[in-house]
Amino acid sequence: MSTSEVLSAPLVLEYPFRRTVGVVQGAFLTGLRDGKVLGIRTTDGRVLCPPVEYDPATGDELTELVEVGTGGVVTTWSWEPEPRAHQPLDRPFAWALIRLDGADTTMLHAVDAGSPEAMATGMRVRVRWADERSGSITDIACFEPESADTDPTPPAPLEHPTDEPVKLIETPARLEYRFTAGQATTRFLHGITEKRILGERCGVCGKVYVPPRGSCPTDGVATSEQVELPARGIVTTFCVVNLQFYGQAMEVPYVCATVLLDGADIGLFGLVQEIPFDQVRMGMRVEAVWVDDEELGPTMTNIKWWKPTGEPDAPYESFREHV
Amino acid sequence: MPTSGSREVAVVAFAQTQHVRRLDDSNEVEMVMPVLHEVKASLGVEQRDIDFTCSGSTDYLAGAAFSFVQALDAVGAWPPIAESHVEADGAWALYEAWVKIQTGQADTALVYAYGKSSPGSLRDVLSRQLDPYHQAPLWPDSIALAALQARACLDAGVTTVDEMAGIAARSRRAAAANPFALLRSSEEPDVLLKEPELASPLRKHDCPPITDGAAAIVLAAGDRARELVERPAWIDGIDHRTDAHSIGVRDLTVSDSTRIAGEKAGVGSRPVDVAELHAPFTHQEVVLRRALGLGDGVDVNPSGGALAANPMMAAGLVRIGEAAQRVMRGEAQRAVAHATSGPCLQQNLVCVLEGGT
Repeated sequence: MSTSEVLSAPLVLEYPFRRTVGVVQGAFLTGLRDGKVLGIRTTDGRVLCPPVEYDPATGDELTELVEVGTGGVVTTWSWEPEPRAHQPLDRPFAWALIRLDGADTTMLHAVDAGSPEAMATGMRVRVRWADERSGSITDIACFEPESADTDPTPPAPLEHPTDEPVKLIETPARLEYRFTAGQATTRFLHGITEKRILGERCGVCGKVYVPPRGSCPTDGVATSEQVELPARGIVTTFCVVNLQFYGQAMEVPYVCATVLLDGADIGLFGLVQEIPFDQVRMGMRVEAVWVDDEELGPTMTNIKWWKPTGEPDAPYESFREHV
Repeated sequence: MPTSGSREVAVVAFAQTQHVRRLDDSNEVEMVMPVLHEVKASLGVEQRDIDFTCSGSTDYLAGAAFSFVQALDAVGAWPPIAESHVEADGAWALYEAWVKIQTGQADTALVYAYGKSSPGSLRDVLSRQLDPYHQAPLWPDSIALAALQARACLDAGVTTVDEMAGIAARSRRAAAANPFALLRSSEEPDVLLKEPELASPLRKHDCPPITDGAAAIVLAAGDRARELVERPAWIDGIDHRTDAHSIGVRDLTVSDSTRIAGEKAGVGSRPVDVAELHAPFTHQEVVLRRALGLGDGVDVNPSGGALAANPMMAAGLVRIGEAAQRVMRGEAQRAVAHATSGPCLQQNLVCVLEGGT
């Protein structure tokens, strides 16, 4: 199978995490919201900024928060010619490690310098506060080169002033992928587009897998033979769903089942319809109900659900290995 | 008695994929399986002859949740095998397998690692490993962070842009002899330096190629290793250490974790012939050579290293495999392999391999 024939599809993963920040990070983030920067003093008198809960050098628990300056020195920098989504600035900028006045360690942030020629190790920079601050590292919009001509702009007053300390932060992340189905799944998806169900047989143990992933998990070898399976089989096990899931349009109660196709060694997951939910049985014979032909595509949703064939139930002995 | 541990353990086989920029026609199982077959077949063993199996990978790369469980389809894990996984480079899976053999619970181990970096935007994906309060919300990408370290090294006189370009050219030319590598040639350093900066001070040649690939190693103890191969690559020393999480509290021009791991693994106790260093960025090779005390006589990255092929989560294991192969073939008597993980050489593993019967 050539590369161009293998199916792929966009895949977006989003991680809508909410994090509990704890005492030290809570104080730091509350400080940013209120327009000041806090560090933390170690037992040997150094000040770490951003603060951490434990001294990385000694492991001592740290508690003494101290305010540091909003100006400082660039200790190293790099240039970002093509800013990416989510980054602090949408025009070219410098990434820098910045040692704020009164701190002994550095903070990573962006410097809005205009061009790399305006950047130098050892240069002084100062905080540019974000217009709206909520208790996040992005409350510092970026840093800017310190200038003798202009005074720093003080942090804008909060629209909704509050004394509540910051306890939670939202850290949403969105990553976009191009997911490749691989060769065996591609063969299966091409088949199902034509209402054909293609399993694959292991050359060692003879078992037929559907949907195939190209390998036999028992023997760790590539499956060697394609096997066309009928769109009928038996319900090996099922459950009655009484709960409405988010994003699920099904009317409850409904039945989810594992359907073992005739000739297959692994069950397919599907819905059972066209029979009252309380009459579905293990061993019941079913057949696929397909979507209309014009709706067919490379997807398992081509099979809307499974319906009883009316044939006699299969004896338990015939499928107990698959329960 | 080896420097690390009390049982003799050796690398007895190594296999890797042909590393590519983008493997579109295979899923992860299809990518890993041929390597597992090859490494076992080279010894004439089957999965039932393996006492312990351990893998290294991360689901974030391809965005497939629990993909390491699916990858077991490539192993042949039935009846249920003794198995484990690390969300890290396979070099750390090898460390876990080495510990398992030290405990006496296994005499043989299969270690494998894989990474498909191409399905996602790797620079964005890697930003998710950073501190969630101070760094991740800014989405600094992996190249920007390496560039901060490179500038610190240049400012401190640890390296020069000429030396960095020389490392890029030497590595990719060495890879001409490595059929598995992705980048196998280079322009002269002075030509490379005429290219514009990608993320100042880094140019494109200073950065590793985005790579899809996999690798596998078999470990065996004592007489089992001697049965399997004529000249095992004995693990004389192995150790791993980590630096502080925040790059803002570290001196980026040195790698204390590498230095300590190298000392514990006994790197300096006898001469070293070959070193395979996992330095994805050119300046990092200089930092690592210094941390390990490697002199000019040491052949560094004859495979081309991570600058020639950098399959995430496998490139560190590949370093151990490449070093071990040179020992097994008799081309080197004593080899050092190194693996790294995290931004700016945050976590480092050092493994010393020696020839002998």
